[in-house]
Amino acid sequence: MSLLAISDLKVSIGGKEILRGVDLDLRAGRVHGLAGESGSGKTMTGLAVLGLLPHGARTSGRIALGERDLLAMPAKELNTVRGGEVAMVFQDPATSLHPMLSVGRQLTEHMRHHLGLDKKQARARALELLGQVRIPGPEGAIDRYPHQFSGGMRQRIAIAIALACSPKVLIADEPTTALDVTVQAGVLRLLRGLCDDLGLAVLLVTHDLGVMSAVADEVSVMKEGLVVETGPRGQVLRDPTHPYTRALLESLPGETS
Amino acid sequence: MKLPQAWRQPLAIVGGVIALAWIVIALAAPLLAPHDPLAQDLPRLASPGPGHWFGTDQLGRDILSRVMYGARLSIPLTLLLVVLSVLIGGLLGACAGYFGKWVDETIMRFADLVFAFPTIILAMVVAAALGASLTNAVLAVLVVAWPAYARVTRGLVLGVREREFVVSGRLLGFSAWRSLRVDVLPNVTGPILVLATLDIGTALLLLSGLSFLGLGAKPPSPEWGAMVASGVEVFDSWWVATFPGLAILTVVLAFNFLGDTLRDALDPRTARAIKERAL
Amino acid sequence: MSPTSSSEDLKGDTARRKPGRSGSRSPLIRFLARRVLTALLLAVGITLVTFVLTNLVPGDPVSANLGQRALGDPAIVAQWRAEHGLDKPLPQQYLMHLQGVVQGDLGTSQQSHRPVMDDLAESVPATLELAGAAILISLVAGVAFGVVAALRRDRLSDHLLRVLSLIGISVPTFWLALMAFYVFFYRLQVTPGSGRIDPTMSPPPQVTGLYTIDSALAGQWDVFASAVGHLITPALVLALYTIGLLTRFTRSAVLEVLGQDYVRAARAKGLPGRVILFRYVLRSALVPIITVAGLAFGSLLSGTVLVEAIFAWPGVGQYAYKSATTLDLPAVMGVGLVVGGVYLVINLIVDVLYGVIDPRVRLQ
Repeated sequence: MSLLAISDLKVSIGGKEILRGVDLDLRAGRVHGLAGESGSGKTMTGLAVLGLLPHGARTSGRIALGERDLLAMPAKELNTVRGGEVAMVFQDPATSLHPMLSVGRQLTEHMRHHLGLDKKQARARALELLGQVRIPGPEGAIDRYPHQFSGGMRQRIAIAIALACSPKVLIADEPTTALDVTVQAGVLRLLRGLCDDLGLAVLLVTHDLGVMSAVADEVSVMKEGLVVETGPRGQVLRDPTHPYTRALLESLPGETS
Repeated sequence: MKLPQAWRQPLAIVGGVIALAWIVIALAAPLLAPHDPLAQDLPRLASPGPGHWFGTDQLGRDILSRVMYGARLSIPLTLLLVVLSVLIGGLLGACAGYFGKWVDETIMRFADLVFAFPTIILAMVVAAALGASLTNAVLAVLVVAWPAYARVTRGLVLGVREREFVVSGRLLGFSAWRSLRVDVLPNVTGPILVLATLDIGTALLLLSGLSFLGLGAKPPSPEWGAMVASGVEVFDSWWVATFPGLAILTVVLAFNFLGDTLRDALDPRTARAIKERAL
Repeated sequence: MSPTSSSEDLKGDTARRKPGRSGSRSPLIRFLARRVLTALLLAVGITLVTFVLTNLVPGDPVSANLGQRALGDPAIVAQWRAEHGLDKPLPQQYLMHLQGVVQGDLGTSQQSHRPVMDDLAESVPATLELAGAAILISLVAGVAFGVVAALRRDRLSDHLLRVLSLIGISVPTFWLALMAFYVFFYRLQVTPGSGRIDPTMSPPPQVTGLYTIDSALAGQWDVFASAVGHLITPALVLALYTIGLLTRFTRSAVLEVLGQDYVRAARAKGLPGRVILFRYVLRSALVPIITVAGLAFGSLLSGTVLVEAIFAWPGVGQYAYKSATTLDLPAVMGVGLVVGGVYLVINLIVDVLYGVIDPRVRLQ
């Protein structure tokens, strides 16, 4: 079942075309990998879904969440979708968490806003979430501040924040790029597990084909604002049809298939 | 001719035009001024009108001419002041940042001490101690003005010092002086230039403030701050104080317009470093 | 050096700040102890600077204090010098001076022939009232204008605020004070004249020394109204420069924070705009704003010298001016100490505020 369908998405900033007609289909319980080199437009695609594009960006096309078009939605309604139905995890947890607000505050504020929970309920749910993303000792962690955690732990917290309002769609923008290699696998396993357990539709934006091959069900490859190839992981990574995909795969160090 | 992007801005143009106009007035004051700035004549305290467009003061001197001649005092002295502060502060700050350790500690604690006093009070004491004269007022402002440059330069040098090209230069055995001059200097001139442009205004405000308090220019010299002070005594003749004050305001504003535009043209990080340290 | 935490979980981010030296266990106490120590060193430095500066003065305190006839008598002069320790070598004079300072004795003013401490006790509250009102006005107006300018970036209101704030930092304070006095008092007669309260009134019973607060405490509302009326014009004149400064600075601080990832992340969470502005943006921007406000207070004290002169405000600025121009050395030293002390207190307040706002400072 298609949860989020992007069709013919075009974005231009200051007259420059960034996306030139992107089509993507996210389904429940599936991880959709979006690959491509930097500047190919993959991050912009993720940001466009939540209307977080830079100031002055013009969009056209359709981003359908069920029956509703996110692009045509009034700002107020879009704000209930953000964090509520569609959540996002950013690249660097060192900068995407507010350094002066406690983990508990950042975990509960949107729950209270979107779900109308009271302080106590929100805190209980926050503790549950911290356990779910495997933060050791949630009781102690909830009153701490981001700088008291390591990078991997911070990204787990960011994921917990994203999951707080039980979204249907999760957009993860290079969620492991800023992390040490040793903790990347753990975060990816967590994402995969959450996707399976909660039936999330995940859009995993990454330039790292290794990450892609580890967790994605479907893979789309972007180049210069267009999706040049899309299909099941095995097919795209093992038997690419587009020359650009092939070039990307060949540039992978130590992988000669 | 095409101006660089940063200068094609209304503020920069307005600032540039005003500053240029004042420099022309300063240079050509003897030609432009309708009267002798020191000549005492009747009528006294004449309100602005034909003959005396800015009126006359209590000694019957033509205020327009005095304001024009005042530019010959204030503008060059202020520029000199800023250049000297840049040289002294920049050199000390560069040494502090480059050599670190006790050199750094000594210089920067000195700077801290100066910062611990409100500028005008320290300058006032220095000027009073040296005796009231315009030269001593300049010296007094210099005493309070250099630390800002020392701080900024030190910060910038610290930023550059560990960069590869400087480290490799040192490994190649170049002397500290050469390294400072060749590798570090070009990287700090931009921000320092911006700071200096913004500081021209501050320096003029301080200098004229000292003269206003009677610690700078001596009468009958047509210094703007001193002219405002003489207007206090006859403040129902509003023109005596108003026009010299406007002269200060426009010169300061012109350089602040220029400096602000220049700062925007710099990258934001250096711009912020300047703002924080320049206060 | 790398932190030797056994697991990578929950370890502190020691790389961000300089690792503290081992020793005292509580980082907060160590932080405060270091601040106070620096402050004390600076205080000693201030006494040294004022001492050296005042000894550079060519004027002779003897002739300033003794009458013509006494000056003719070498015995009296020698006795006077010995009484005031002027026959001792300079380092010893300095130590004596320092000893006096510690005991709260700042010497006797050669002008008023009263203890400098008493003179200062009268003038300091007046200046604190003026400068305090001005910094409050500056903070409220400057931060509000700066936030508006940042949120309406590159629109008309932003450009307008830019020009206005640049004008604000370009106006000569002494001239503005004179103009305000002329227009509002002399011409329009909408503001009261010089001084702190109406000359027909007597000051409120002293508690803080700030007339506005003291009169309110005593319930003397006519005095309160007069004190506020007298305060408002000089405070606004004094504040104009800092308003301009804080507007420009707040704008760039807010713009920088608006570009941070965590603000985008907050928007991605669907938080309402005002929550993002107050909780996410202003909290971060406040740290640099407080730094600048602390520094701005120093420039306000400079401004008081000029503003007090015009409005005949009986504060430290006037006292400093009188003592500097008459080379009243003990008074000048006293002013230097007080002003340096105020600077130290402001610095300490700023440091504590950092800790309140930013847990990374508090929990280091």
